Amino acid sequence: MNVQYTALKPQRRGTLDVERLRADFPILRLHVKGKPLVFLDNAASSQMPQPVIDRWLRYQTTQHANIHRAVHTLSETATAEYEAARGKLQAFLNAKEEREVIFTSGTTDAINLVAHGYGRKFIGAGDEIVLTTLEHHSNIVPWQMVAEERGARLRVVPVNDRGELIVEEYERLVGSRTKLVALTHVSNALGTVNPVREMIAMAHAKGIPVLLDGAQAVPHMKVDVQDLDCDFYAFSGHKMFGPTGVGVLYGKAAWLEKMQPFKGGGDMILSVTFEKTTYNVIPHKFEAGTPPIAAAITLGAAVDYLAGVGMERIAAYETDLLDYATEQVNRLPGVRIIGTAEKKAAVLSFTVGGVHPHDVGTLLNEEGVAVRTGHHCAQPVMQRFKVPATSRASFAFYNTHEEVDALVAGIRKVQKVFG
Amino acid sequence: MADTKQLYQEVILDHNRKPRNWGTLPDATHRAEGHNPLCGDHITLTLRLREDTVEAVNVQGESCAICKASASMMTTTVKGKTRTDAEQLIQEFRDMATGKLDAARPNHLGRLTVFAGVRDLPTRVKCAILPWHTLHAAFNAVASTTTEADADPMHEQIIGGAG
Repeated sequence: MNVQYTALKPQRRGTLDVERLRADFPILRLHVKGKPLVFLDNAASSQMPQPVIDRWLRYQTTQHANIHRAVHTLSETATAEYEAARGKLQAFLNAKEEREVIFTSGTTDAINLVAHGYGRKFIGAGDEIVLTTLEHHSNIVPWQMVAEERGARLRVVPVNDRGELIVEEYERLVGSRTKLVALTHVSNALGTVNPVREMIAMAHAKGIPVLLDGAQAVPHMKVDVQDLDCDFYAFSGHKMFGPTGVGVLYGKAAWLEKMQPFKGGGDMILSVTFEKTTYNVIPHKFEAGTPPIAAAITLGAAVDYLAGVGMERIAAYETDLLDYATEQVNRLPGVRIIGTAEKKAAVLSFTVGGVHPHDVGTLLNEEGVAVRTGHHCAQPVMQRFKVPATSRASFAFYNTHEEVDALVAGIRKVQKVFG
Repeated sequence: MADTKQLYQEVILDHNRKPRNWGTLPDATHRAEGHNPLCGDHITLTLRLREDTVEAVNVQGESCAICKASASMMTTTVKGKTRTDAEQLIQEFRDMATGKLDAARPNHLGRLTVFAGVRDLPTRVKCAILPWHTLHAAFNAVASTTTEADADPMHEQIIGGAG
């Protein structure tokens, strides 16, 4: 491979050479409906750059075997690469220890792991779990299941008209019955960046652990789990330029050691007899069966790629891009932006007066512009803002101001059709 | 695929802006609700049957343009038809929207063929079919029903979303 990839070269501080970075993403060269693809559905799933795709290929062509099993060379190589990926994720999150990083199949799987491992062990009748209006269904339904089974109750932090959590209400809701706070770092439907550090400190003052759903945060900003002091942090690989099928649960070692295993099977045990099984140590206790080895190693490459670009630079560029998009879309008569929080990341949710979001999405697609339309798996948010659905443009660092212009031109065309 | 905009032009210019038979029948004999969780379409259909003939049919609710226009044209088409004829139309419309209609065989769709283009928009097929499913549900149940999951008598898999 003689190809040079720009992301791995040091870049001028504070700037992002987007055109050079875009060249790393082969899918961005596609045309849809005869028009250049404008991919603005990154919150649902992002695209992979060539070095990350190449890592998958290199693993499958030269390194694949099952891990933690055999003594042969390939198995040892695969094990070393898999555990090295864990180390990369540890560094990415600034976790204290490697064993605090558990590979899961994704955010949903990670949250379910905590719902089972922590919830079914430590949450009982009369206890409360505090969630927020902004949660994705994946951070609601697992807790509903636990609450129903254990006779516990969900308490929900409301949001104001801008889509910001009302922190005073949160403070009131967190009380002596609260056994866990589960909240999103960044709202997938609105883009609101929640004041999680402050909220975690408030919960900890009352001895309550906090789980953060970081799926929409990790692609856009530097996340330091020790600085946040969260007890659990869950996210997916495919929303951060890695592959589908892999995600991460970070958990403080003290909690992970106390929790019960989620799935039973191979690799999560030390010894098995029909009378008694001794569980493996963390993180292996939570990685039953053959894990997504190729996907985890490839996610490690995505982390390397992001480190090459620089999370601070990504955050600065995307803030500028979102400001530009907000300004341009705000100029369109009849278009309402849903979610106007002071601190937002990479998401622009909107409605076009008199046009259902599904019609907006279908007609934007005719212009090559890919947006998500619907309830974004966040129906409570839709109910709060009294809309059945929205159209959502969600950005990544490879999106450009010209693509925002294409979105705006597309919305104008939609309005013309519906005239 | 060039006819996506054409589909929108024809459908929207008329029936989406001024949907026919939009409302609720006070003396309905049958009623059903249709719900498409994927995009939030939610319609209520009321129907008055006399001796197996559709005397009147109304639809009301929140929906996208394709669903609303499909509902509007459906009501004008099935009014005055027997239940058997209406059921046949439901089947033909469904086959057309899913690309299974046998072009060689005669059908009764007439101007409803403006919806043929949805077969190229897999995520929108359900929008066009929803009113027809709801009509089918109304024929088969006096009590209200929904077209969600198992309750849908003509249920087909709806692809959910992530993110």
